[in-house]
Amino acid sequence: MSKTRYSAFKVLKEALTGHKGWEPTWRDAEPKADGYDVIIVGGGGHGLATAYYLAKNHGITNVAVLEKGWIGGGNVGRNTTIIRSNYLLPGNEPFYEFSLQLWENLEQDLNYNAMVSQRGIMNLIHSDAQRDAFIRRGNGMLFADAGCEYLEAKEVKERYPFLDMNNARFPIKAALAQPRGGTVRHDAVAWGYARGASDLGVDIIQNCEVTGFNIENGKCLGVQTTKGDIKAGRVGVCVAGSSGRVMAKAGIKLPIESHVLQAFVTEGLKPVMDNVITFGAGHFYCSQSDKGGLVFGGDIDAYNSYAQRGNLPVVEDVCSGGMAIMPMIGRARLLRMWGGLMDMSMDGSPFIDSTEIDELFFNGGWCYGGFKATPASGYCYAHLLATNSSHEVATAYKLDRFRRGAMIDEKGVGAQPNLH
Amino acid sequence: MIINHPLLGPRDSEEFVYLGSTDLIDRPTNWEEDASSEDFYQYQYIRDNIAGNHRELWYHEQGDQSWLVVTRNTITHEITNVELAQDVSRAMGRGK
Repeated sequence: MSKTRYSAFKVLKEALTGHKGWEPTWRDAEPKADGYDVIIVGGGGHGLATAYYLAKNHGITNVAVLEKGWIGGGNVGRNTTIIRSNYLLPGNEPFYEFSLQLWENLEQDLNYNAMVSQRGIMNLIHSDAQRDAFIRRGNGMLFADAGCEYLEAKEVKERYPFLDMNNARFPIKAALAQPRGGTVRHDAVAWGYARGASDLGVDIIQNCEVTGFNIENGKCLGVQTTKGDIKAGRVGVCVAGSSGRVMAKAGIKLPIESHVLQAFVTEGLKPVMDNVITFGAGHFYCSQSDKGGLVFGGDIDAYNSYAQRGNLPVVEDVCSGGMAIMPMIGRARLLRMWGGLMDMSMDGSPFIDSTEIDELFFNGGWCYGGFKATPASGYCYAHLLATNSSHEVATAYKLDRFRRGAMIDEKGVGAQPNLH
Repeated sequence: MIINHPLLGPRDSEEFVYLGSTDLIDRPTNWEEDASSEDFYQYQYIRDNIAGNHRELWYHEQGDQSWLVVTRNTITHEITNVELAQDVSRAMGRGK
């Protein structure tokens, strides 16, 4: 397939010539008989980004991405699309800031419109103790050059008059904002990376479920799939949400539980909010899509699940969180709700690491913060797969960190995955 | 989800708090030995994370405050068995 460069000129030309010159965005491939240098298991955002950066940054193009269903059908297609780098701890913040910088250049890099919108994110503060905690977090962000802005209640009210500033239980005292945060068209991220990787020679193989790993003498030689065995010099698993199921096929247990997270969207409304707003006293985060729907989410369902659907108590919990800060949503009808699987790790932070099996690598444990991490996750995983060493912003994401007592626990709740 | 409490009958899962796998009952007892750090690491951090029938601990916080062992399918959410955790614990040879 020839590379088609997307531009306004190309759109105009196609409009005038009957749209006959468009080609498939990326190439659907079948497995090569003689295998690959690298196989990525999982054709989600992270897997496709990994393949793209392997080819682009490291010149490794004999790569296959194996996807059980269709690409982008997992969590990259079912999240609340928020990007931000407002973390506290040194193990996390430089990584997420690196990711945000990659988002800022993503569309130019991929020549693909991912609708990256740096509309800003605003975390509401409801008590004096929380104000102290958020100011500390803001300082952590400034250390990493992520930028932040502290807003007094008066400024918050001026900007967003619909907020319930004087709620009896959760009055809004102030806010910590990151103006560079925002939202991205999530599906376009998968398609853009797929196109970029495919153009550089990567094989994207759909409907190809990995059913096992060929491991001899502690070394991974390839994978067994529904399309037959495929040899590989190196295998990178990248299936967050299903990590437990896939890694069990290699006999590896993880410091991870799978949980379900629900997300919601209302009917289309006129523009009411131009940023992302999060509730500080409960768990609720909301933005308005370009179609007008309020896109929001909250806590996970809190019990182990592989079901991709949640239960009603959490719907009530999330909606009551929304009502506490923006009662206007009470009049909006819920259009859709859906669930996705989360790798909930023991400290709320992810893994990008080698495993006890040679040539088998693992990327997962993203809890419910994986979408914003997509570019950096792919970038750092590609670095690990190409060089067998961690990228400098991902050195903390080791699988053995609990054994060493080197947790990265942003919330400080300990080894209780459903509380992160 | 409805949890069929052995003493109180069917109760809404909202009344309960979830802890995790029943493996958490089996806390290592060799804490005085140096080798126990590996056992505690496995106990505290590593999970089977089963896709299928999962035995797990639920606490009836909004009810009689008993701990239950619920066998629930993590793919379908179907609950097939509910026992008192103290009975399970004793059967494992531990105290209540």
